Amino acid sequence: MGKLFEVIKPGLATAVQDLGRIGYQQYGVVVSGAMDNYALQIANLLVGNDRDKAGLEVVIMGPELLVLNDTVIAICGADLSAELDGEPVSVWKSFTAKKGQRLTFGQPKVGSYAYIAAAGGINTPLVMGSRSTYIKAELGGFEGRYLQKDDRLEAGQAGKPLKQLSGRGLTESAVPDYSLQRKIRVVLGPDLRSFPDNVVEKFCASQFKMTAQSDRMGYRLEGPKLTHKEGADILSDAILPGTIQVPANGQPIILLADRQTTGGYTRIATVISVDLPYVVQKLSGSILQFEAVSVEAAQRLYVERETLLRKLTIRAGV
Amino acid sequence: MFKLNPYGDTGLRVQFGETISKETNEKIRSFCMYLEKENIPGVIEWIPTYTTVTIVYDPYYILYDMLKTRIESIQHQLSDIELPRAKVVHIPVLYGGEKGPDLNHVAYVNGMDESEVIRIHTGIDYLIYMMGFIPGFPYLGGMSDKINAPRLANPRAKIPAGSVGIAGKQTGIYPLNSPGGWQIIGQTPIKLYDPNREKPILLQAGNYIRFFSITKSEIAAIEREVEAGSYLPPIEKYTE
Repeated sequence: MGKLFEVIKPGLATAVQDLGRIGYQQYGVVVSGAMDNYALQIANLLVGNDRDKAGLEVVIMGPELLVLNDTVIAICGADLSAELDGEPVSVWKSFTAKKGQRLTFGQPKVGSYAYIAAAGGINTPLVMGSRSTYIKAELGGFEGRYLQKDDRLEAGQAGKPLKQLSGRGLTESAVPDYSLQRKIRVVLGPDLRSFPDNVVEKFCASQFKMTAQSDRMGYRLEGPKLTHKEGADILSDAILPGTIQVPANGQPIILLADRQTTGGYTRIATVISVDLPYVVQKLSGSILQFEAVSVEAAQRLYVERETLLRKLTIRAGV
Repeated sequence: MFKLNPYGDTGLRVQFGETISKETNEKIRSFCMYLEKENIPGVIEWIPTYTTVTIVYDPYYILYDMLKTRIESIQHQLSDIELPRAKVVHIPVLYGGEKGPDLNHVAYVNGMDESEVIRIHTGIDYLIYMMGFIPGFPYLGGMSDKINAPRLANPRAKIPAGSVGIAGKQTGIYPLNSPGGWQIIGQTPIKLYDPNREKPILLQAGNYIRFFSITKSEIAAIEREVEAGSYLPPIEKYTE
């Protein structure tokens, strides 16, 4: 336990996130948590933390942080040109940061969301079982808000001596290539009956552009108008991570970490869990294309990824 | 009705009806009590709504087909579960004007004047069918069809906390500043969600609320009490 970082420059929207506020959706409490939860989990494992520890989520323009105590850090997810005292540091690798050193970020190279994990995890008060920040309700994280200049963050107790944690990397094959242009896989439904068959076909065959009206709540897309049989409104119903709503204007919205727990627009599909990071890491203006898969296929991929994360957990000695 | 469908790769959606009804709501509450008690391995949480419950689960522990079989097997035990007695929470609302910019439109599409909309809106006890959408938001049933109004085609980017709205046949209150597509007819000074309060969420599914109309000077007085933490909305036992 002890002081970890002092915020010199806060960056665009840097906030504390873990894997989300789980178990309160029946009271309408938004889950929030890391947008790219694979990247956060790997970052934690690389510094010897449990997968669900809190880290810093950094968006496009990273912060400048002064290291207050020796620690081991890993940055995973987007490559935002991180440097330690002016020396470039690789993503998906852990490294030692000494007291007095400065962690800075430069130009975004690939992706949009990066995660900084430090040995012991970021220590803020637990709110409803989570340290995740939900800005709209000023809930959790560091005082319920984005980081500001002069904030001082604390770390929890590191799991192992720091020497053993530094220099760990992830096997090449486990590092996601966010720049890969490939289709985003979805499970269709649950409101397929609201759309004519040819509109569902159009959804799978067309290209959609991610608009600038995109944030942690969801990414708004622009493309051929998806029309409804009767109307876009449904009785308000549950929304899951990656659910794609189509409101009356026919332009889909992919709902993400800060999504509402329920919503009243028809849902044409839901992005499968393993493809969510590839959606999250896109930048506005990117092109998305969807491909329907079965629940069984999606769950096979889910189990494969979870098995990998568990193997890595054992290998990391967590 | 008891229809099971996959929802993404981490959801199982159970549908209990097609329309909003007290009967369906009771089945849903019973089903949720069952899930609470049963603690099925791999089930993380569930999201009850008007006609459905979406179970969120971890496919590493339980795959869709296995969970589906398990849920199907309990369908007939639901009627044996007993539910607790309901309360009515009274909510003060300043209708129309700046606080309710769409009151005029709701009156217009239904061919009546604003005071008639208010009379109908405050005239009944609304059952809190579900909480959802954002922290502390109650989905209410029982609104009169006479003041029905469609959602906005383009949702507003920001609706202030406390706003009271209508969407189709539903009415509700926004607990936080939020984007949304409801027609806003008024505002309450009461906080439905307050992270600094002992109980952050004011309302509970299964209870009722009743709106009452207040004036500009009354809203100011209540706002002061709410800020001081001393305002308690009137509560009484529900009678049929």
